[in-house]
Amino acid sequence: MSGLKAHFPVLLVVVPLLTAPLLALIRQKQVARALALLSALATAVIGWGLVIAAREQVEPLSYHLGGWPPPIGIEYVVSQASAFVVAIVSSIAALGLLLGTRETRKEVTEGQQHLYYAAYLLCLAGLLGMAITGDAFNVFVFLEISSLSTYSLVAMGNRRRAFSAAFNYLILGTIGGTFVLIGIGLLYQVTGTLNVQDIAHRVQELEDVAPDSHNLTLLVAFVFMIVGLGLKLAVFPLHQWLPGAYAEAPAAVSAFLAGTATKVIYFQLLRTTVVFFGAAHVFGALRFGTHVLMPLSIAGMFIGSIAAIYQPTLKRMLAYSSVGQVGYLTLALSFGTEAGVQAGLLHLGAHAVTKAGLFCVVAAIVAGVGSNRIQRLNGLGKRMPIVAFAFVLGGVGLIGVPGTSGFVSKWALLQAAFASEHYLVAGLVLLSSLVAVVYVWRIVEVMYFQAPPVDEKTTHDNLAMVPALILLGASVLFGLFPDQVVELAADAAHQLFLEPGSLPPLPTGGHG
Amino acid sequence: MTELPLEAVLFVFLLVVGIVVGRLRNLFGAAMLTGIFSFLSAGLFTLLTAVDVAFTEAAVGAGISTVLFLATLALTDDTERESERSWLAIGVVSLTGLALFFGTFDMPAFGDPDAPIHHGVGRHYLMHSWDEIGLPNVVTSVLASYRGYDTFGELAVVFTAGIGVLLLLRSKAAVMGAKAKPIPVRSRAPYVREMPIVRAVAKVMLPFILLFALYVQAHGDFGPGGGFQAGVVFAAAFILYGLVWGPRAVQGIAPERMLEGGMAFGVLLYGGVGVAALFAGGTFLDYSAFTPEHPSHGQHWGIFLVELGVGITVSAVMVVIYFVFTARPRPRLPKRKKGALAPPRLTAVPELPVETPKEGSS
Repeated sequence: MSGLKAHFPVLLVVVPLLTAPLLALIRQKQVARALALLSALATAVIGWGLVIAAREQVEPLSYHLGGWPPPIGIEYVVSQASAFVVAIVSSIAALGLLLGTRETRKEVTEGQQHLYYAAYLLCLAGLLGMAITGDAFNVFVFLEISSLSTYSLVAMGNRRRAFSAAFNYLILGTIGGTFVLIGIGLLYQVTGTLNVQDIAHRVQELEDVAPDSHNLTLLVAFVFMIVGLGLKLAVFPLHQWLPGAYAEAPAAVSAFLAGTATKVIYFQLLRTTVVFFGAAHVFGALRFGTHVLMPLSIAGMFIGSIAAIYQPTLKRMLAYSSVGQVGYLTLALSFGTEAGVQAGLLHLGAHAVTKAGLFCVVAAIVAGVGSNRIQRLNGLGKRMPIVAFAFVLGGVGLIGVPGTSGFVSKWALLQAAFASEHYLVAGLVLLSSLVAVVYVWRIVEVMYFQAPPVDEKTTHDNLAMVPALILLGASVLFGLFPDQVVELAADAAHQLFLEPGSLPPLPTGGHG
Repeated sequence: MTELPLEAVLFVFLLVVGIVVGRLRNLFGAAMLTGIFSFLSAGLFTLLTAVDVAFTEAAVGAGISTVLFLATLALTDDTERESERSWLAIGVVSLTGLALFFGTFDMPAFGDPDAPIHHGVGRHYLMHSWDEIGLPNVVTSVLASYRGYDTFGELAVVFTAGIGVLLLLRSKAAVMGAKAKPIPVRSRAPYVREMPIVRAVAKVMLPFILLFALYVQAHGDFGPGGGFQAGVVFAAAFILYGLVWGPRAVQGIAPERMLEGGMAFGVLLYGGVGVAALFAGGTFLDYSAFTPEHPSHGQHWGIFLVELGVGITVSAVMVVIYFVFTARPRPRLPKRKKGALAPPRLTAVPELPVETPKEGSS
């Protein structure tokens, strides 16, 4: 067993990545479904195994792919932060599949299900590979895997409009990916290496040589990577693709994407700003945090949340709320402090669990009422009491009411704001939470204070509620007992801010 | 530096072709010009002595992509509708171009021996790959071994593209939207398969293309080439066959089921080699673990097998994508203006009965 455990970092990605072609070969619906679920569950177990392994270590674990030591080969790095991210992503993926078992029967064409599950697992493998790799070009390769599979998964929604949503996402996502690639290419040109730690070390050397004059190539590389990641992360005003994609995708895919895709990209943004280019340089000399990221984050927080109030359907409302939540994530980063990044990681976890849970609840509502239009939800509190309660539970999590995970992360965000003396920003965070109260209350009013329709029947889909209750339960559990996770996030943030050390010399003395 | 003027000429051509593609309303012409654009790029790469990249660009960019563009146009329309000029878009594009321009200011000079890229990992690959892996083609050593995991990822990208195309073009909503519209026999343009010269040339070329693909696959360790290029060339032979004799004729030789299997098999072969290395006691894709007493033997075996996996998946995905495009019924289109060019019907002819090619018929 211990031998297998040493290979956990690579198995995390290879298990879903190799199950996908197996599913394409099997072509049998039932077997494909079972195998996909089994593979996702195994991946989740490995993910949590990596968290335990990372907690036991002081230094990040490194896994040398192909047996080549970095930087000549590619390495996988299990740090506190990357283990945290992959554990959340793989767990949500498994729960999304659990939900998908019922949904996909209706949404995917007969005879195509095995391909749907294959695309789902490829997307998972891509996201995990991006989070755990310690190599800049490898990030791009796995970004491509996850992006391509996401576009086709979004297009599987059962309305024709899903195609235009997927097409929008395809065009904007591809531009984002290309920008990231240009950034990586320019970085390679000025550093001569692709290993994350090695790049960070060499960029620091360049910045130390001439701290006052900016290296223009380096600056342009930074800009391209930030704009590319900003597009994929849906940072305001680059969020245009997100509402359509989340609203039109099949239920299981919405839950999966809302909980994972932007989270992994956020982790890349953390690495790009804090590790690649160095927090001192990006937030100090370039003033990227206070002059660029902070105003955009605040605008996103308000515009996303306000737009959410006016949406006709639950899914679109949740999608716009996600635009607002991305604002909190980037706001946490914009302080440029360890406390800020800690808050960002906490909010990453809190929002992932809450939003994925809410999308699962929407799936149950769609199964019950046949629509997710808000005006059709009248009296849902009486017709589907558990479902309605679960939605409220998720909703208060989005607002950040004490006792939910949203409170823990927003509290950390406020603390980080106070610590870096951004008092006005702290006030705005509270104000924008009030906007969230408005859009959640709007649903509560329809569900609990309007009489249920007389003639309509509701069907109960208990299976959809299993992943929803697990996710929302996790949110409450984390809200009540946050200590362990808060500690993990603090260690993770601290590890990200450590000075990049140079890699040990190669055994063959290659750099000579 | 005798080739410098040649590079300048190619760059000017690239610029001209790029502008024309942007301004052209006839998409058929634009698709052909993108092929030329790729071909010019391939020429530039060759001058920069990046022969492997040039090969891929020529095969993928100038070859397969153009065919796929044409297949798409056969299903849609070949004239771009007038759209309003968006100043925002022009602004964003200009800003991006300016940023890239400024990015060149602090770049090391072209060919500068002190540039960081010549002192980083690149130097290690050039100096030590012969001892560590033992292949004359350093590019293959880097792609298949040093950074073999990236190539595995790239193969997964190709596989994902195949899955995505199958999912999208065969989905419920897509099939609902596209209703077959039979092309009236009298008004149709002459099909390629009725052109005797094209048929004769294709027939002569096919065995050589297939043989060349196998050569590129096997010779990638020694010269430019490898699985990606071989897969594309191999697929090109099937697609050429399909262009001339209709897609159903190809389906007779390579049924879709078999191709879908091939798509998956290549990825499994590549990943399987990686997993086998785990069992042999190494890390994922550590080919040296196969023969610990003589690591470069293991490297040779590993590289041979993973390149084979790449070739199988790439060729299968390319042919599958071609099939899915051509097998779709032509959707109803809004009425075209008088005098507009007829859409190219080089590929989409599934409605007509297929005459299987007979020996010596011309």
